[in-house]
Amino acid sequence: MAKSNEPIWWFLFSAGGVVAALLVPIHILLIGIAWPLGVLPADALEFSRMQALLAHPLTRLYCFVLISLPLFHWAHRFRFTLADLGLHGAAMLIAVLCYGAAIAGTIVAALTLWG
Amino acid sequence: MANSTPEGTMRLEVFRYFPEKGEEPHFQTYEVPFRKDWVVLDALNYIKDQSDGSLTFRWSCRMGVCGSCGVMVNGVPKLGCSAFLRDYYPNPIRVEPLANFPVLRDLVFQLDSFLEKLKSIQPWIVRRDGEKPVSDGEYLQTPAQHARFKDFSMCINCMLCYAACPVVGMEPHFLGPAAIALAQRYNLDSRDAGREQRQETVSSHDGIWQCTFIGQCSAVCPKHVDPAGAIQQAKLASTVDWFKEVLWPFGGREKR
Amino acid sequence: MKPDVRTIPANWWLRRSPPWWLRRRPYFLFMVREFTSVFVGAYVVIFLMMIRRLNEGQAAYEAFLASLQSPLAIVFHMVALAFAVFHTVTWFHLTPKAMAVRIGEERVKPALIIAPNYAAWAVISAIVAWFLLG
Repeated sequence: MAKSNEPIWWFLFSAGGVVAALLVPIHILLIGIAWPLGVLPADALEFSRMQALLAHPLTRLYCFVLISLPLFHWAHRFRFTLADLGLHGAAMLIAVLCYGAAIAGTIVAALTLWG
Repeated sequence: MANSTPEGTMRLEVFRYFPEKGEEPHFQTYEVPFRKDWVVLDALNYIKDQSDGSLTFRWSCRMGVCGSCGVMVNGVPKLGCSAFLRDYYPNPIRVEPLANFPVLRDLVFQLDSFLEKLKSIQPWIVRRDGEKPVSDGEYLQTPAQHARFKDFSMCINCMLCYAACPVVGMEPHFLGPAAIALAQRYNLDSRDAGREQRQETVSSHDGIWQCTFIGQCSAVCPKHVDPAGAIQQAKLASTVDWFKEVLWPFGGREKR
Repeated sequence: MKPDVRTIPANWWLRRSPPWWLRRRPYFLFMVREFTSVFVGAYVVIFLMMIRRLNEGQAAYEAFLASLQSPLAIVFHMVALAFAVFHTVTWFHLTPKAMAVRIGEERVKPALIIAPNYAAWAVISAIVAWFLLG
């Protein structure tokens, strides 16, 4: 009954959407805005502490999920956004590029975290 | 035609198209009396009766149950019998045929594509084991079982949702909101065993997966069917099916 | 229908200007909602870059941190945050639609499904902040 393989992409899109909704804002706020503007202590993101944090296997798993799933969320949504904007001719190419980029990003994340 | 007294006039700009004349469509402006209880359909009938008998449009029940009188009012799909002039007065109203369908004449559009899509999802109860004899009594259904599909059964096939959906316009083969909502209506009916049969059509690329959840279909639906909800629920159900098929390829087919 | 009589093709409506997503507010907000995915994707790529710099050693990592303090970076993150929050809010309000949760005959009010999402968002954000800031 697997008439099309859309379900797997939609599932990854949904999972990525949940991860993005719950986790992405706080990361942007703390790392990208609060710390650079000096709202947080200057040593909040200090090298040795971050390195120690990342050494923990659960932290690496967390980072992998935080990077990979939102990438698939972007890929699926962007693919359909381009279609909604009228780009129908290159539909297959767009799908391959979008999911391909998400897969590539996932591989790079895995290599970075566990390579 | 009304018990109210006219309180001024209102301008309607109506889409006109004469296929036999070979000209491009144009807008014709009419002045109609403004009455507080009048709807766009009343205004169109006034024009046809009093000013311009050539104006052509569909209508029937004039009370929001037949689904015949769908038109674009100021760019928004509405039932002509449910769009009150007083909501627009004193500004002029632009009336056009329902979007995303071929136009035959004036406000009359060709709805064959919708009927084909509707037929393709098998909008009837599919029994697995045949009908039981009448002497055995009715098929019983609890209120909870009925509630599962009741909203989706309220569709009057007015096609406002198709006019509201850009994907319908851009992808001619997209099943569209009403057809999918009606597929769900039968899939969720406890008396039906046809979900698997319908999946071939519903879960295809031109079925639920073209939908990007814009949501305007549900916003314009005059019967609060919520086709957008039906489609997202169908996506979830199809995804669960997909995983089951992938993870248990030799498992038996479950009756849902 | 006579074959030589011309019907106006179905795309007559969509072919007009402006593009459909600029014609009405709900359509425009939909496009904004979809566009949030670009900033979500961009941010997690930046996050990945940060981890890579961390692996490359202190000098590389601190150079990355310094670049976060440039005005361009801060403005980008502010825009990204706005889009990310818009994603979160619209996501929470959309997910109840995909699930028809019923108790008996009655449909559970969407607010009862949405509110716990916001609560979870607050709690999880607090936990992340606690871990990140020590």
